[in-house]
Amino acid sequence: MIFTIASKDLKSLFTSPIAWVVLTFVQIIVGYGFLKRFDDFLNVQPQLLQLPSPPGFTELVAAPTFSTAAAIMLFAVPLLAMRLIAEERRNQTMVLLTSAPISITDIVLGKFLAILGMLLIILSLISLMPLSLSTATQLDYRLIGSIFLGLTLTAAAFSAVSLYVSSLTTHPIVAALGAFGVLIAMVFMGENIGDNLQARGLGVLAAFVQIFSPVKNYEPLGRGLLDSYAIVCLLLLTALFLALTVRQLEARRLRG
Amino acid sequence: MPVPAEFAQSTTAPAATIRASGLSRRFGTHTAVNGINLELRRGEVLGFLGPNGAGKTTTMQMLTGNLAPSAGSVSICGVDMLDMPVEAKMHIGYLPETPPLYRDMTVTEFLDLAARLHRVPGARRRAAVEKARERCGLSDVSRKLIGTLSKGYQQRVGIAQAIVHEPDVIILDEPTVGLDPNQIRDIRTLIRELGSAHSVILSTHILPEVEAICDRVQIMHHGKMVYTDTIAGLKLLHSGRTLLVGLHHAPAIDELRAALNKIAGVVETESAGENLFRVRVAADVDPTEGIVALAAERLWGLRQIGPAQTSLEDVFVNLTRNDTPQ
Repeated sequence: MIFTIASKDLKSLFTSPIAWVVLTFVQIIVGYGFLKRFDDFLNVQPQLLQLPSPPGFTELVAAPTFSTAAAIMLFAVPLLAMRLIAEERRNQTMVLLTSAPISITDIVLGKFLAILGMLLIILSLISLMPLSLSTATQLDYRLIGSIFLGLTLTAAAFSAVSLYVSSLTTHPIVAALGAFGVLIAMVFMGENIGDNLQARGLGVLAAFVQIFSPVKNYEPLGRGLLDSYAIVCLLLLTALFLALTVRQLEARRLRG
Repeated sequence: MPVPAEFAQSTTAPAATIRASGLSRRFGTHTAVNGINLELRRGEVLGFLGPNGAGKTTTMQMLTGNLAPSAGSVSICGVDMLDMPVEAKMHIGYLPETPPLYRDMTVTEFLDLAARLHRVPGARRRAAVEKARERCGLSDVSRKLIGTLSKGYQQRVGIAQAIVHEPDVIILDEPTVGLDPNQIRDIRTLIRELGSAHSVILSTHILPEVEAICDRVQIMHHGKMVYTDTIAGLKLLHSGRTLLVGLHHAPAIDELRAALNKIAGVVETESAGENLFRVRVAADVDPTEGIVALAAERLWGLRQIGPAQTSLEDVFVNLTRNDTPQ
């Protein structure tokens, strides 16, 4: 059942122009960034060789490219996810799902998988850029694997947040802006509040706040460090907002 | 929530597909639906009537599990909607007021999705979609996008969606809205056909529609059920003519019946309220004069005599015109 809904929503994402526009846009920005960094890398390569342990292509070109992708997801995910619930309620098609023998949890998970699937397609396309050079240079596949894991988890967290905001309104654009606002707020929170609390010696509180700072949690993974607490934080954030979405839709049935 | 006696007794009857008791829904201080009891058997078509805002749609939303009732219970084929919503919903096909259609899908894609969502197994899905398509006259447009179809065809897709999984209970909220007269005839025939094997509830404003296709009719007003009768009973009411006779000093019903039966044309006399009697009369003879003469002779104090409510429309208007429900 979850997959029926996931495939329906993934298809409907691709029938709307938004998905294509976002896909194109992301490819152009990330592609340009990749080529620029690649060019810079070729220029400084001779100097790099003089260092005792020089950073390689993966660290200098691939990792920053993926970081760009993470930053772009900050606005791409709200745009892609905005219709998922808001538009179904606006067009009153949600009734089709809620009248069918499917639990609200399955509906939410299906929609979450649809948006995550879409993002995995985007991330795979981005991965092809550095991977295209696999025959020309020695790639650090472990670093790329760690980065990909981090990006997937970040994408999942962003998706869950966007899905929740989409369940609060019947206007897709409001949903997109709202989700973007929440994500931006989380980024600043991760930068400031966490550090602040840490500086004042409130370690436990800082660790708690870290759950709500997905970008900060991506950083260690982006450097190739499999930080288990960061991974747990990203998963917790995802689960929390999925649960909130289910709650929100259940409440709608109760309130009318 | 205590279950009313008449429902408690029949809990074991397998024929009942929908049973709702004491169903209420409040929105803030406004009570949209107030203590409705409803029972439907397999093979019955129930017409749901009422003026706008009477609570028909709210009731249907509660029956289909789209809205949680403030009080009361709903069970579908013996499965409680509140305890096991997923299991209960397997038996329902629902067409809401606004058909839930994905405009960017083709008719076939959409019906296939509806079948999937209602767990029609893969092997049977193709046939199920085809059958629903044919029944609703959609074969010609099966590959068109739903968004490009006319309102009438979209309505048909909505109905097809509700019957594709052959549910035990079909709930249709104003199914013939936006259809042309020919399409309405087709849909009525379809509903009649569905009604022979399934239970159908439909709400409508069109009174002849109810008389044409329903077995039973319920009229709602201000969130309450104000009238329940079978169409057969209703037809009986106006096939032979019926007189309503009001007497100030009425004798006992048996005495009255014996007296009136002697008058040519009187078929049956029954009580219809305090000092009010319903007299069924034969179609060819008019006994009015005879009754008036008899009433004058025996000093019954005749205060009213005239044709009783003769059609569903009269019943409907009488029950819903004034603000105080009977």
